[in-house]
Amino acid sequence: MQFFGGSEISPSPPVPTATGNNAHMMYVFNRNGVCLLYREWNRPLHTLNPQQDHKLMFGLLFSLKSLTAKMDPTNAEKGNLGIPQLPGLGCSFHSFRTNTYKLSFMETPSGIKFILVTNPRTGDLRETLKYIYNLYVEYVAKNPLYTPGTLIRCELFNTALDQYVRSIA
Amino acid sequence: MDTNDSLRVASLWHSMHAISQQLSPTTGCSEIELLEANTFDLHCFQSLTGSKFFVVCKLGTQHMEALLKVVYELYTDYVLKNPFYEMKMPIRCEVFDINLTQTVQKDRVALLGR
Repeated sequence: MQFFGGSEISPSPPVPTATGNNAHMMYVFNRNGVCLLYREWNRPLHTLNPQQDHKLMFGLLFSLKSLTAKMDPTNAEKGNLGIPQLPGLGCSFHSFRTNTYKLSFMETPSGIKFILVTNPRTGDLRETLKYIYNLYVEYVAKNPLYTPGTLIRCELFNTALDQYVRSIA
Repeated sequence: MDTNDSLRVASLWHSMHAISQQLSPTTGCSEIELLEANTFDLHCFQSLTGSKFFVVCKLGTQHMEALLKVVYELYTDYVLKNPFYEMKMPIRCEVFDINLTQTVQKDRVALLGR
């Protein structure tokens, strides 16, 4: 996965692969589990209040990553379950699918986690998430008024994100 | 992976299954069917009684759901109908193992032959 390098600052968006509805929702977490962004476009069912929801989501991803690193058949040396994996170390999953939704996940080397929940028929969204990461870098990381580790309140980022996600479907 | 690790992984999966149902944006979420990682795919099948069957396979392998259903049939035939098998204990039925290996071999041959 290439995060740095390349001559383009914002690569062209990948060809849309999804059919049907737009994305349901999106989470962005930092390495400490703080939810930097939560966007909701289509979510008919709310089971928990937002704080619990974010904590549950972060915990789920943490455990899934730990499980994938452990279950990796190609890796002879396996860490113990429950030990936090550094970003990039060990095998990590990039998506899982249930019968009602598909969750796509991407972790950057700096520990920022992007989660996109879409309908189950969506294709591989890794390129999409990379593009969203580039949007994050442009509008949030390079924003001098943004403090890392806090909630993202950049209107430009939100608008660009909404526009892009709408174009996926 | 030894037995303790298998137990840990199994209990981890069970809880994550439940959590993923809670986080579903719509109603009617039943199970995680597929987990795609960098080097492998993990398919899961849940029977009506709640027994979960997993298969870990190479990236992009097709028709794993069918394989899981066949394994479920073998399980009901050789394990559940075995009068000496105790529920919830590890499965130690030779016939089940033999048939399972045969099915996976057949599957592998079918895939390579394509």
